[in-house]
Amino acid sequence: MSDKPVYDLKNGQKTPYFVPQPSPWPIVGAFSGGLLATSAVLYMHHISLGNFHFSLKEVGLGFLCVLAVMWLWWRDVIKEAFVDKSLTKETTTGLRYGMALFISSEVMFFVAFFWAFFASSLFPKAAINFVWPPHGIEVTPAFELPFMMTMILLLSGCAVTWAHHAVLEGKKDESVKALAITVGLGLFFTACQAFEYYHATYHFTGGIYPSTFFMATGFHGLHVIIGSIFLTVCTFRAAKGHFTKDRHFGLEAAAWYWHFVDVVWLFLFICIYWWGNG
Amino acid sequence: MSANAKAVAHNDDKHADGHAHDHTPGFFTRWFCSTNHKDIGTLYLIFACFAGILGGAMSMLMRAELQKPGLQVIGNGEFLNNLMHGGQANPGQLWNVLVTAHGLTMVFFVVMPALIGGFGNWFIPLMIGAPDMAFPRMNNLSFWLLVPAFLLLLASAFVGQGAGTGWTIYPPLSSTLGQPGPSVDMVIFALHLAGASSILGSANFITTIFNMRAPGMTLHKMPLFIWSMLVTAFLLVLAVPVLAGAITMLLTDRNFGTTFFKPAQGGDVILFQHLFWFFGHPEVYIMILPAFGIISEVVSTFSKKPIFGYLGMAYAMVSIGFVGFVVWAHHMYTTGLGVDVRVYFTIATLVIAVPTGVKVFSWLATMWGGSISFKTPMLWATGFIFLFTIGGVSGVMLANAGEDIVLHDTYFVIAHFHYVLSLGAVFAIFAGWYYWIGKMSGRQYPEWAGKLHFWTTFIGVNITFFPMHFLGLQGMPRRIPDYPTAFAHWNEVASYGAYIVGASTVFFVFMAIYTIFAGEKVGGNYWGEGATTLEWTVSSPPPFHQFTTQPIMK
Repeated sequence: MSDKPVYDLKNGQKTPYFVPQPSPWPIVGAFSGGLLATSAVLYMHHISLGNFHFSLKEVGLGFLCVLAVMWLWWRDVIKEAFVDKSLTKETTTGLRYGMALFISSEVMFFVAFFWAFFASSLFPKAAINFVWPPHGIEVTPAFELPFMMTMILLLSGCAVTWAHHAVLEGKKDESVKALAITVGLGLFFTACQAFEYYHATYHFTGGIYPSTFFMATGFHGLHVIIGSIFLTVCTFRAAKGHFTKDRHFGLEAAAWYWHFVDVVWLFLFICIYWWGNG
Repeated sequence: MSANAKAVAHNDDKHADGHAHDHTPGFFTRWFCSTNHKDIGTLYLIFACFAGILGGAMSMLMRAELQKPGLQVIGNGEFLNNLMHGGQANPGQLWNVLVTAHGLTMVFFVVMPALIGGFGNWFIPLMIGAPDMAFPRMNNLSFWLLVPAFLLLLASAFVGQGAGTGWTIYPPLSSTLGQPGPSVDMVIFALHLAGASSILGSANFITTIFNMRAPGMTLHKMPLFIWSMLVTAFLLVLAVPVLAGAITMLLTDRNFGTTFFKPAQGGDVILFQHLFWFFGHPEVYIMILPAFGIISEVVSTFSKKPIFGYLGMAYAMVSIGFVGFVVWAHHMYTTGLGVDVRVYFTIATLVIAVPTGVKVFSWLATMWGGSISFKTPMLWATGFIFLFTIGGVSGVMLANAGEDIVLHDTYFVIAHFHYVLSLGAVFAIFAGWYYWIGKMSGRQYPEWAGKLHFWTTFIGVNITFFPMHFLGLQGMPRRIPDYPTAFAHWNEVASYGAYIVGASTVFFVFMAIYTIFAGEKVGGNYWGEGATTLEWTVSSPPPFHQFTTQPIMK
């Protein structure tokens, strides 16, 4: 740019980038988000309008609207890719950037919870007698159930890689099988976590240890569930033959997301269960 | 929807009927379901203008209150108290609500939507030779998320006692201990929605810039405005989620019994400040880097010279972005940080003055020996350089942990950040507006009106904010509606300055409406030989979809 730039406006190629037609889902989605937030405020503060009391049901309604928009929007995306074949190679490269950036922002979201954990555990406060884990907290031993959960997630990471390679070699049935195993392991992990939560001797409101523990592992658990849903969709898509050798970014994105969830768990396991539980 | 979805253009010949895609959709579809970066950019600019008028009205109310000692606007039975709460509100709380709403409005709903959403959306595709953004639908989601977010923020002021937390929402003031009502939760959700908007928008911007540049336009040939948007978008992707995490913990502390920020149960209020400023400091660069980009374009155009030290300018922004992530605790010098920590944060903060100096001196060097024409955009740009430098210099003073003990939470800080934001970022918004309004609307503003707007604003803001340095050095604390008579003189002066700016802004609004509907029509490149970036090669306004044939950069 140190010299005056020169452009050739005539002899270029037709632009390879896909621009979708106008869509109602963004605006409906944005206001569904607003509805979800508003209903959550009304629920949390037990607000009534006349005889009508806002409850968790109204929050559920807002949440359902958000989910409906996701369904309809992503159905359009799959149609554009699979039916209309309108996603060029260049457009798909854009999707790869987009997914990588989304995962980066998710990583930073978890940074906040790890920060809270380390602030509380490296520098335990007077209220818990400067001891971590605090007295009276019966911690889950790292190398019992949590270690098994680590193994389950690592195994599921292998399974999703197997699915990817099956797609690369054009083996549809094998990819469906591998994806189903991945989803199964994901559900098994969630079941283990539910078991652990159910049997925990401390409660969400029981002070700083449970706060950091449930917040970090809970948000991770939520991401496991989201990843499992993503992979379930991919399983059905694989069964319908949506993924070909050279076009299967939906599956790759799900795999990236799954590995991200896996890595977050490894950090949770090492920091919170192993190191933090002393 | 997707059944008739088509690429803007295909590589094969049978789709040569490109005009079929070029017709403008009907009103509802065009403005509510848009996938067009220019229309979405326009929506962002209109939104920022509305929010700016509201946020500006709040400053007028604040200056009216501070014009004299005592309570004139927020006291029981006074104007604003009657309007908001039937005259019964606690004046101090009402003042805090006003301060909070002003800050959050200006940061999240004026400066960011105007600089990033507005000019970013309009000019990233135009400057890199792309037909649109990478994710046009998601682009529209980013815009519309701001609407419920802003509604929640505004509504929070009218619910219960309002959210009087300051834009920093520090606990315990923002805990149920300080403000048990629903207002703070509404603010938290407003920030969640606005944050989602920013994260999605910036992922879109980065993808567009990395993936959709015209052939031949390497990273080192991108216009500096594009560089500035790229760095800004990275800061957003990495900083905003940390705020989301922090306010999520505040939300569960308030409503679901966690104890992250409750010292009595092992939590820590300072933790919130760390998390907030880990976001908050990059946030101030998020607001000023796009301004740097615009100023670089304007200074180069009106000096009729390529920018001096292009690579240095680009990497100065990159290094400001990097270092901006490791200086956050300079906002927390009075919280009892250890000496070593304060030494580190002082030094790291001062380091930022180096790349910032590179930028200021490179702008001056661009002007040096140039054939300068002081059209309105250039007036705003030179005004920016002058005033931003004053704000930067007072920033160097505040960066010193020892000195900051005296100046912390005084009007000196208010003066400092208004010099870099209202006189920096906002000047850049106006520079961008005057520079590009002809391109965006096809009609040009009247030059005399632009100059009148500039000079009245320039004089007004300096009368408003320069005396705040004196007030701060005298020890006047911020966020206080009443003060000893010792501070009366400069407060009165500052208020008169604010009214000048207010009048100037009203003039701008009418002039902007006149320009858009009745301004003189202009051609593709109305600034002439100095304007060399790609947006000047298309018509004004550009076609609904531009660059269906990719431009090639030699």
